[in-house]
Amino acid sequence: MTTETVTPHRSPVAPERESFWYLVHAEWTKFRTVRGWVIAVLVTIVALPAMAFLGTDVSGGCAGTGSTASGTSSGTGGAAGCQAQPIGPGGEPVTDAFYFAHQPVTGNGTITVRVTSLTGHVTVPPAGSESDGPQTGPGLPPWSKAGIIIKENTSPGSAYAAMMVTGSNGVRMQWDYVNDTPGLAGGVSASAPRWLRLVRDGGTITGYDSADGRHWTLVGTAALPGLTSGMQAGLFAAMPSDGNYTTATGVFRHIGLSWPATGWTGTNVGGVNANFVSAPGTLRQSAGTVTLTGSGDISPAVGSEYSGSGQSLQRVLAGTFFGLIPLIVVAAMFITAEYRRGLIRVSLTAAPRRGRLLAAKAVVIGAVGFAAGLAGAILALAVGTRLLVRAGGLAWPVSLLTEARMAVGTGALLALVAVLALAIGTIVRRSAPAVALAIAVIFVPYLVALGPLQGANGEAPMWPLQITPAAALSVQQAVPRFYQLIAIYRPNAGYYPLPPWAGFGVECAWAAAALALAYYLLRRSDV
Amino acid sequence: MSLTAGVAPPRYLLGQALHAEWTKFRTVAGPSWLLAGVVALTVAVGAAAASVAQCQSATCGIDPATVSFTGIYPAQAVAAVVGVLAIGNEYSTGMIKLSLTAMPRRLTWFFAKAAVLTAAVLIAAALAIAGAALAGRLILPGHGFTPAHGYASLTSASDIRAAAGTVLYLTLIALLSLGLAAAVRDPAAAIGLVLGVLYLFPLAADVIPNPTIDRHLQQIGPLPAGLDAQATTGLNSLPLTPWQGFGVVALWAAGALLLGALALKSRDA
Repeated sequence: MTTETVTPHRSPVAPERESFWYLVHAEWTKFRTVRGWVIAVLVTIVALPAMAFLGTDVSGGCAGTGSTASGTSSGTGGAAGCQAQPIGPGGEPVTDAFYFAHQPVTGNGTITVRVTSLTGHVTVPPAGSESDGPQTGPGLPPWSKAGIIIKENTSPGSAYAAMMVTGSNGVRMQWDYVNDTPGLAGGVSASAPRWLRLVRDGGTITGYDSADGRHWTLVGTAALPGLTSGMQAGLFAAMPSDGNYTTATGVFRHIGLSWPATGWTGTNVGGVNANFVSAPGTLRQSAGTVTLTGSGDISPAVGSEYSGSGQSLQRVLAGTFFGLIPLIVVAAMFITAEYRRGLIRVSLTAAPRRGRLLAAKAVVIGAVGFAAGLAGAILALAVGTRLLVRAGGLAWPVSLLTEARMAVGTGALLALVAVLALAIGTIVRRSAPAVALAIAVIFVPYLVALGPLQGANGEAPMWPLQITPAAALSVQQAVPRFYQLIAIYRPNAGYYPLPPWAGFGVECAWAAAALALAYYLLRRSDV
Repeated sequence: MSLTAGVAPPRYLLGQALHAEWTKFRTVAGPSWLLAGVVALTVAVGAAAASVAQCQSATCGIDPATVSFTGIYPAQAVAAVVGVLAIGNEYSTGMIKLSLTAMPRRLTWFFAKAAVLTAAVLIAAALAIAGAALAGRLILPGHGFTPAHGYASLTSASDIRAAAGTVLYLTLIALLSLGLAAAVRDPAAAIGLVLGVLYLFPLAADVIPNPTIDRHLQQIGPLPAGLDAQATTGLNSLPLTPWQGFGVVALWAAGALLLGALALKSRDA
């Protein structure tokens, strides 16, 4: 027997075929020449704007009228609790319903008050039977509020600045619905009263607080450029209602007005039937003491059906879920079809460096996913915004930058999901299990977070949307979260538990881990 | 002279078809592992959900049966894979030609397949739900699901109905998948279609603001309807009664099987 070292024959390879981009081009050709895959990706693109029609159909709900109508208290629709949605100075949907003891004032001036008590009445569980009416007892939710306010007029949605004591968040200065600054900490009582002061000087209102009425601390300065000379100044009380009976009562003494006093008029701003309001307010005056009882809230209108018809622009991207399914099927088949047909052997003969083959596939399917997501999201945002306005719904105004982040983020989300599905397909090698796994890791966490673990109050553990690939849906978040408003910050109201790019990062980590495992298995295993 | 002279005419009995399909099902590793996955996922996810669920008061509004059976969200995807592969594998390997040559009565063959699948998934689902119910019963009373909060017993008639409804739900999902896979033939497209039908209805109902459309979607979607079948609390506020919900899922499965049977009968394999 002769032993001879045989050099295996290698056919000469054209230099350009060594290039990675040649491989990418080959994979792109594989993708674009399968008609079913191209159709599936087109379905992905169309699904986004198509679903915007359903996502913006607010006709059966509480559609706002889109006007800053005066304090009408009549419902606009047939459904109970539907109100004209007030719009704040920044164009945002707001809740503006509270009890206001006011007098007209003109020009610059100061209002000062000493608050000696803030108490509340709330529904106490168990809720009473319907014949008895709700069982109530003392209670003070954290953002119950009473204090002084200077407001453009008594129409809901008009500009204002207010100094207030709150249930358990100390003294706050709030203005124009979205702004909040803390003052003195701690609760209010007869032994620890709180002095509040608002100073109007042209277009700015400055808030001060004091524990003794002598030493004043600046809390905040509000710029209200639209404020005219004449306005309403006075006292207010409000407590957000979750649909049950809730009222807050504030006791005020030592009321000092630098303007000529004309006597207090009590008004239920927003009307007595407004969302959030459970009972008409009351005003009692005796020997220098004014006692106000009121319910309602002065806040942004987001996060819950009780706070009005403000919508998140994220709604118009509701079709993302519909677009994901055909994309996942195609992305997984991009590799599993090669295993099924034995094409993988040819591919790996042509490109023996297996990691490069996987990378080329990831680049192609990722780019396809990104393009489809970006195109679909731009179409959905363009169509959906108009639909939302036409349906009478009000979207929280978003900057062009946020809108760009939503569109690019949707593209990046679809790109990552496609790469993840490709990696799962490489690991599992079989179409049906790969597609099922890739769909389940996105859809199941979302459904579980919203489904069985959700209590009657709408609260649910949100960690499924923090640690799974479904976290990336947060790139579509369009509404800011307001810590001064207790609301149901749920995904279907447009809120995700992680900030946009953090959620995206979680999915990046999943896709990278899956690709690494796919690379390891592809290199190690026989095909 | 006929070539078949002297050979007994072949008898395509349902019993033989069942036996053949059972042999196919049992001797391939895939389905057994997947069914073991159904059991493991249902019990593990159910136990995890039960250990994070908290009921602080009598008005917490959380349904203990739904919590215990949270595992069916992922497990139905696995049951769907079992259903899709039962017929999808025949197409993707070309085995279908051999099967239909051996058993030319296609509907007999198809329903034998469905029967074997039903039996296998029914057993796996019963084990899975029994395990999840047991885990829930052990864990939930420690998380506020106590008689004081209105959860008198976790083995009442409605709990048994919920468990039985969930077992049947998983079985019907496998049959729905079998029917759609027979109609679509490509396993990847079939599983995408099945999971789309399952998961998109509740997602759409959740993001669509129109309450009328929302309620209709909850009534016609197989997953929301199946969840109605497993509810034990707040029955008055459900879009469907539990048995109506079960009926909707059964209609979906029957429709898909009919579609699959028609496609199988009328098309070239």
